[in-house]
Amino acid sequence: MAADNSTVVASPAVPGAWAWLGQAVLYALFATVIGVFSQWPTYQHLQPGVALIKLSLVHTGKLVGDCRQRSAEELAALPPNMRAASSCPRERSPVIVELDIDGVSAVRAEAAPSGLSRDGASAIYARLPVDAGDRLIAVRMKDDVRSDGFDYRIERHVSLQPAQVLVIDFDAEAGGITLR
Amino acid sequence: MLQPLANNYALKVWRSIEQSLDRIGGPDLNPLRQLGALAILAFTLLVVSGIWLYAVLDTSATGAYQSIESLSSSRWSVGGLMRSTHRYAADAIVVITALHLLRELLHGRWRHFRRFSWLTGCVLLPLMAASAIGGFWLNWDQLGQFSAVATAELLDAWPLLAQPLARNFLANSAVSDRLFSLFVFVHLGVALLSLLGLWLHLQRISRPVVLPRRAVILAVLGTLVVLSLLLPITSQGPADLAQVPTELSFDWILLGVHPLMYATSAGFTWSLVLGVGAVLLLLPFLRSGRSALTRPPIAVVDPANCNGCARCFADCPYAAVTMTAHPDGRPESMLAQVDSDLCASCGICAGACPSSTPFRSTRELVSGIDMPQLPVSALRDELAQSLTGSRSAKPIVLFACREGAAIAGMVSTDVVGMPLLCSGQLAPSFVDFALRDGAAGVLVASCRDGGCEFRLGARWTLERLTSKREPHLRTRVSRDRVQLVFADKGEEAVLHAALDAMRSRIGATAADAASMTC
Repeated sequence: MAADNSTVVASPAVPGAWAWLGQAVLYALFATVIGVFSQWPTYQHLQPGVALIKLSLVHTGKLVGDCRQRSAEELAALPPNMRAASSCPRERSPVIVELDIDGVSAVRAEAAPSGLSRDGASAIYARLPVDAGDRLIAVRMKDDVRSDGFDYRIERHVSLQPAQVLVIDFDAEAGGITLR
Repeated sequence: MLQPLANNYALKVWRSIEQSLDRIGGPDLNPLRQLGALAILAFTLLVVSGIWLYAVLDTSATGAYQSIESLSSSRWSVGGLMRSTHRYAADAIVVITALHLLRELLHGRWRHFRRFSWLTGCVLLPLMAASAIGGFWLNWDQLGQFSAVATAELLDAWPLLAQPLARNFLANSAVSDRLFSLFVFVHLGVALLSLLGLWLHLQRISRPVVLPRRAVILAVLGTLVVLSLLLPITSQGPADLAQVPTELSFDWILLGVHPLMYATSAGFTWSLVLGVGAVLLLLPFLRSGRSALTRPPIAVVDPANCNGCARCFADCPYAAVTMTAHPDGRPESMLAQVDSDLCASCGICAGACPSSTPFRSTRELVSGIDMPQLPVSALRDELAQSLTGSRSAKPIVLFACREGAAIAGMVSTDVVGMPLLCSGQLAPSFVDFALRDGAAGVLVASCRDGGCEFRLGARWTLERLTSKREPHLRTRVSRDRVQLVFADKGEEAVLHAALDAMRSRIGATAADAASMTC
């Protein structure tokens, strides 16, 4: 005879009207949380009337020392495949950049050369929100520890529109520091 | 330090919310009891809608925006619906996963046999975040532009690359199709890694529940579809790197890290994210009290009494039991073997063992697999002594899970309390034994399904007592005198009510019997 199990565990109650209503409220709440926070409140990334200057450049500084010619004795001591006539230091100069906006210093950054031997490029990245309008931008860059003063300069009046991005970069082929 | 979390006020609040939701539709329809399965459902939705979207996506920097925008031409278009559902499913998986994490955290489920699941779950979090954020870039609109630039600036806080990633977004001409291929890899590749992580996350548990109940599936699907129709996701204008997106309709659930970075700094954001991540990852290894360090004894196999039936292997919730060749050397003779790292010390295996019956006439009752801290022999002896020593001639025996509703206040002259490691530790023959040894009725108290500390205890108890699973309750046992009640910790009132109901039923039965005798 099969056992009657109906009394061992109480049958689950059939959901009534209030239960269905409760379920509806529960999922409506879930939808509300997702629906609201997936779109609201609006995020104001940049205030109205503000533009953005991005100072971003990647540049390999000059060698920290001069190359020198190897003597005949030195060359002879080297393996044949390594007998380069000149010997140059690997380390590069750090790159120093200064940015003035309307004559006021806004950024002064010094970037060390990358790499374990400090023989790679230096990279600088900075973002500066500024009020839109006419601005005097002055940028100076130094990439040689052996030189005095800055090796590259640019000074220009720009008219910045709200939300406009002005990129300050370095392009050797274009003659140095660029504003675009 | 964090040990008190397990019993603190926050856990009580959580339980009261969970039990409140039980009242509107029952535990089966309670989404808080199936959060892991709900997260997998949301992931499945993401995969299905994602495949649709990828089929129509133009994976080029110049064509992506238009290809996605064309989907949203109509609120009622299938493409638009897929797009919105994809986004809302991503939002849902974050909310559900956060609740899942919170629930496990409050219950203190991160150490010992749960360590692997906890750690793999923690690793899934950054993968999920990376894939979700990368998805915004594929629709190369202003929100995608903002997110891509913000992510690059966040990553640039680590001086790992020769040049800043943000330089890829200085001008429109810098965003090439090749870079767009990287976007696709981040979104899809990391999602595939998440799938692998999910598989690992479920490895240390047997019979994982990968989908919620059908009614819950339909409710979630319906909710997301209705939300997609009422509030469709739209693009926010094509990306233009010459301009900064200023005011954005923003997904705070998925992209909240970006405003945090701009409100503080990349360093602070990384410190916060890595700090929280480190705490979560280190939790299983932190010394947080004596009880955390002392593991309860694990199940022990007695080869002389193990017949290799593999019921313990089938019932173990954490795949801690495997079957190996029996040392008796007989061909096809198997022996259970317990992995100490995986054993949860729940005793479900002992409840499944056919040799755990108290009716055995051996001089010393030894089960094939048993718990040293509460062996079946001790359970039988305690039950027999309690029935003999009871001041009531016909007491009610209350077998109760220690992790469920507390029974301390219910044991009285007519109630014999028998605490168990888990309701699944109870071999049904003990019910028969109690009734034959003088009990008027037997009440078995188990945690609710979905609330069981050891996952499957409630389910196996129900199936065993209703003869749907071996070992089952014998047919000769009067079902009128046996009751199974589900009551989690904090639901003592439910247990009280069940006890009163059983008293009434037994009293009525006794009165009927007396009147028939007269």
